[in-house]
Amino acid sequence: MAVQALDAARLPVDWAKLVQKLALATALFVVAYGVVPAYASGYLVEAILLPFLALSLAAVGLNLLTGYCGQLSLGSSAFMAVGAFGAYNFNLRVEGLPLAVTMILAGISAAGFGVVFGLPSLRLRGFYLAVSTLAAQFFVQWALTKFGWFSNDNPSGVISAPHLAVAGLSLDSATGRYLLSVTTVMVLTALVWRLVNSATGRNFIAVRDNETAARVIGVPVLRTKLLAFAISSFIIGIAGVLWAFTYLRTVEPAGFNLDRSFQILFIILIGGLASIRGAFLGAAFIVVLPLFLSRLGAFLFGGLFDSGVLDMSQRIVLGALIIIFLIAEPSGLSALFDRLKRRIGSRSS
Amino acid sequence: MSYYDFLFVIEVLVGGLLSGVMYSLVAIGFVLIYKTSGVLNFAQGSMVLFAALTFVSLVERGIPFALSLLITFAVMVALGFTIERTVLRPLVNRSPMTLFMATLGLSYIIEGAAQLIWGTQVHGLDLGIDDTPFEVGGILISSFDLLAAAIAAAMVAGLSAFFYWTRIGLAFRAVADDQFAALAVGLRLPRIWGTVWTAAGFVALVAGLLWGARLGIQFSLSLIVLKALPVLVLGGFDSILGAIVGGLIIGASEKLAEVYLGPFVGGGIEGWFAYALALVVLLVRPSGLFGQKTAERV
Repeated sequence: MAVQALDAARLPVDWAKLVQKLALATALFVVAYGVVPAYASGYLVEAILLPFLALSLAAVGLNLLTGYCGQLSLGSSAFMAVGAFGAYNFNLRVEGLPLAVTMILAGISAAGFGVVFGLPSLRLRGFYLAVSTLAAQFFVQWALTKFGWFSNDNPSGVISAPHLAVAGLSLDSATGRYLLSVTTVMVLTALVWRLVNSATGRNFIAVRDNETAARVIGVPVLRTKLLAFAISSFIIGIAGVLWAFTYLRTVEPAGFNLDRSFQILFIILIGGLASIRGAFLGAAFIVVLPLFLSRLGAFLFGGLFDSGVLDMSQRIVLGALIIIFLIAEPSGLSALFDRLKRRIGSRSS
Repeated sequence: MSYYDFLFVIEVLVGGLLSGVMYSLVAIGFVLIYKTSGVLNFAQGSMVLFAALTFVSLVERGIPFALSLLITFAVMVALGFTIERTVLRPLVNRSPMTLFMATLGLSYIIEGAAQLIWGTQVHGLDLGIDDTPFEVGGILISSFDLLAAAIAAAMVAGLSAFFYWTRIGLAFRAVADDQFAALAVGLRLPRIWGTVWTAAGFVALVAGLLWGARLGIQFSLSLIVLKALPVLVLGGFDSILGAIVGGLIIGASEKLAEVYLGPFVGGGIEGWFAYALALVVLLVRPSGLFGQKTAERV
């Protein structure tokens, strides 16, 4: 009893908020594991949910590095590629390796790469660092295309997803891949959420806000930066595995090009920097935008709106949105969402 | 090494230096904007594409060469001032990273718009320059590259003269030196930025014509931004001299590496070699060869 009283005194619990959070989490679980597998159509899962989940996870990873730790990276898709090709090779070359272990090993490979390409961050800042992350982008793409070993000597460097199974249970169906994806994303997101609310997470933010000041108050800046690169790349690498194994099923190195890196960067810009929720909102937005634009274009212009025009107008809309968000709402969709919630809340009360 | 091997090295080196000039040409556009507004303009590559595509489309519609050049320049002026008004002004006083990301968005818009307006097909561009290599002391030199180098040199000379002997050039230098002081003495920052973006647009036009004549005018032209970035990193973002020297170093070492290192690793290393080289230099000099060092304050 005394202990309880002490705890309560130390941390006043906002019961209403806790209940609300629990309800939200329960609802999320019910939707993710009950409603979606039972009712979602194949199209919804294959074309929207799977890319959404993989991109969200990649965005969570990049957000850790760029949003929380302030190190701009333009090489995210290189780390996705390392994860995807890493998982492919671990699975191919080690007999009977469990899927979870394969994915973790792939993540670790990506983390290793991340640390190597994060090393320049110890000396470089800002643009110089951003440009040097491009080196990762081009180098990885080149190496994967050039050395056949990575793709088991496929002439065009293409890899195909292996048979996916956990504990003998096949996950090759759309629903199975969805369950694999959603579980991975949830587990990793929960870990990231813990991380950013820990002392390490606060170190990240200190390094972002003012590196010199962070050093003065005793934050181990170098270690923090490398840690951010490692964890971020680990997560992006696993996102790459999801992208390759659950969504596309067949990928080539060229699929992990600079445009993909920019796409992930745009997700966190639109969704909101330094916000986990923002990564999901941004990813949802990016996945739905082309579908929405093609419907809208077909409706407005009919046959004139072919895939080329769609591609170009998508670029324009995306570019304009980035600028608009940077000007009008630098905290992205996440902040918009909050404001909307507050407005609804104040009206109802 | 025999005499012929030696000649071959020289030939590779000269070819590399000349192609380095082409990189410098793109990099100078970046430096102009970075110096005066602190923005790393990722959209420079798409401006190159936009200028070249506009020009070639006008020429193909039967408009005379000189007039097309004039119209394209006018379009670039309009583009420069529009960018200042719609993107830079609302983002004034925001972090350099924010501005950089805004130019990323801008590059998407310009690329999309250029191809939406003029189409996505590849255009050939003939500037009427003869591209037969000629021989100097046993070394073959491309006359096109040489002319491109001459044009680049003329442009740099012109820009330098502009910076040193005109009022607006003086204003540019004042802004580059200290924005707040420049504002305090009454310089109109918006107009200067608009002009600087126009100047960068002009550089983009020149680069676009030369690169376009070389590669054909198509989407991949905007990717030369990726060739210019290591040059900038190597030379320092805020130095025109750095852009030139960086371009020369990258051009020459890239060609030498392709010839002497490429065969050992399967070739195709030009995609990342420049970046690796720039990184190595950065590790020794974190603000490039000629970049300004910034003091850190808490």
